[in-house]
Amino acid sequence: MAPTLSPRLEQEIERLCERYPTRAAALLPTLQAAQRELGALDEAAIGMVAGALGVPAVRVQEVATWYTMFKLRPEGRHLVEICTNLSCHLCGGSELLDAVCRELGVRPGETTADGRFTVREVECLGSCGTAPVMQIDGAFVENLTLEKATAALQSAP
Amino acid sequence: MGERLLTRNWGTPERHALKSYLAAGGYQSLKKARGMEPAAIVDEVKRSGLRGMGGAGFATGVKWGFVPRDNPRPRYLCVNADEGEPGTYKDRYLMERDPHMLLEGIAIACRAIGAQTAYIYIRGEFHAVADRLETAIAEARGGGYLGHNALGPGVDLDVWVHRGAGAYVCGEETALIESLEGKQGKPRLKPPFPAVVGAFAAPTIVNNVETLAQVPHILERGAAAWKALGVNGGSGTKLYGASGRVERPGLWELPMGTRLSEIVLEHAGGVRDGKRLKGVIPGGSSCPVLLPDEIDVPMTFDALMAKGSMLGTGCAAVLDEETCAVRLCLRLMRFYAHESCGQCTPCREGNHWLAKIVQRIESGRGEPGDVDLALEVAQNILGNTICPLGDACAMPARAFLQKYRAEFETHVRERRCPYGSYPIRPGGREITG
Ligand SMILES: Cc1cc2nc3c(=O)[nH]c(=O)nc-3n(C[C@H](O)[C@H](O)[C@H](O)COP(=O)(O)O)c2cc1C
Ligand code: FES
Repeated sequence: MAPTLSPRLEQEIERLCERYPTRAAALLPTLQAAQRELGALDEAAIGMVAGALGVPAVRVQEVATWYTMFKLRPEGRHLVEICTNLSCHLCGGSELLDAVCRELGVRPGETTADGRFTVREVECLGSCGTAPVMQIDGAFVENLTLEKATAALQSAP
Repeated sequence: MGERLLTRNWGTPERHALKSYLAAGGYQSLKKARGMEPAAIVDEVKRSGLRGMGGAGFATGVKWGFVPRDNPRPRYLCVNADEGEPGTYKDRYLMERDPHMLLEGIAIACRAIGAQTAYIYIRGEFHAVADRLETAIAEARGGGYLGHNALGPGVDLDVWVHRGAGAYVCGEETALIESLEGKQGKPRLKPPFPAVVGAFAAPTIVNNVETLAQVPHILERGAAAWKALGVNGGSGTKLYGASGRVERPGLWELPMGTRLSEIVLEHAGGVRDGKRLKGVIPGGSSCPVLLPDEIDVPMTFDALMAKGSMLGTGCAAVLDEETCAVRLCLRLMRFYAHESCGQCTPCREGNHWLAKIVQRIESGRGEPGDVDLALEVAQNILGNTICPLGDACAMPARAFLQKYRAEFETHVRERRCPYGSYPIRPGGREITG
């Protein structure tokens, strides 16, 4: 049997569609909702989203692969995103990324062997006045030092 | 420090709540706007001299005037909350701390252009800020400031938050519209301009968060009085920032037209640790860097243009003598190479080439002709692309290569980077406005 969306997700998609004059326009928020529920957007998820919105699966694939925040395969339980752009770079963000990667034994983009963390180098997070910054699971940690970063990693479940 | 409009509620407890906004006199301008003809609102904004704070500085009232009055299609307002220009951190605070000020500006703008639906396109990384906006929208609906009859009898207004998914180019207005429609964010050819053919093929105005947040203040005090708050040819007030190698990084609401030197040396306390100033990027990574003897300039669109740079978003980044210009240039080139949407050859290929050439110079593998080669690549990008992302890469590249040419050449000659690694050094301060 082909996999199906949960009733909760189906309802959420219908609510999202009410916001736009076309169902296709609900694609980004639908993918976000699907990723929240399913963890990653694998081929089955892409197919289900395409079916729910009535758009071709290739179109969904095209969009899911183009934006950096969509996950196509499972990653670590926690996402650690460290900014190394302009202001963070000037305040040691690149050195911080290196230090965090060394501590976790990964390179940027990789997941720790225990599956706990995926570390990413990211572009400006709009928090340059409190550089350097990172996000852990989408929450900002600002005015970052290595100690602060380590503490944030340790307190992640 | 002059009058505060955008940031005037930032010191209040529960500043983001509707009740705080109302207690400070909020939503009075919307009431006023409901009693005004749309054309009169557009005229008032034109007279104020308000210009787009998303970076391009286009006159807001003039843009609103481009919406065709005889088109039977619905009209849309798209609020640009993508805030992706590296070095920029202003819209986030406006939304997080006083979301109702933005919502009031949105409602007034919608009345002015005849839109009954607005989308706030917010970058995906601003999770908590987007949640806060959704809460504020629900509160405002409850209070009758949005939703049923919000814009007058029988004129409803829906405002939706649309979250992006990680792509700098989606801040460009036509890419933003493509993304809103559920597609890859690839910019469209202009004309037609969005005001005529925008979202869902309907007339659409795209405005930055800060631009819209000023609108209630223009109606509150009147165009002339608002305009008079500016100095040195600027109109009204502006959020200015300084980050990087300064003593006190921050964000300040100051008269539009305040000098860059005042922002960096006084408000931000000058270069940290008493080091020497090396340069200032005045308003986000796309703006050509200025040398220390070029920063005594009013932070207006026109004055910075005359200096060969741009006001951009007004958030400056400061380089000190220990900053390697080559290494910083490389970091920015890597950004633009990664963020090119891939549609136009000069941007897709050119940005990568710039990153590659600067990379080999930085790592000590540069060749004698590399600086000129990079300049030539930059020249071939300029003006040859659908959207300004290519220019946004080539312009700062050219400024780095020309203004710090000797430093690039030292890297090539000595086959190494003469600078050490950087200390991890936060400014350690809260953003207070
Ligand atoms: C590559 C690129 C990225 C942009 N990013 C943003 C952005 O993040 N926020 C923004 O308001 N404008 C951004 N803009 C400018 C918009 O295209 C547009 O000019 C602006 O939203 C218009 O609003 P305004 O007139 O109120 O400034 C960007 C432009 C380009 C070319
Ligand atoms: S440069 Fe890192 S948050 Fe802006």
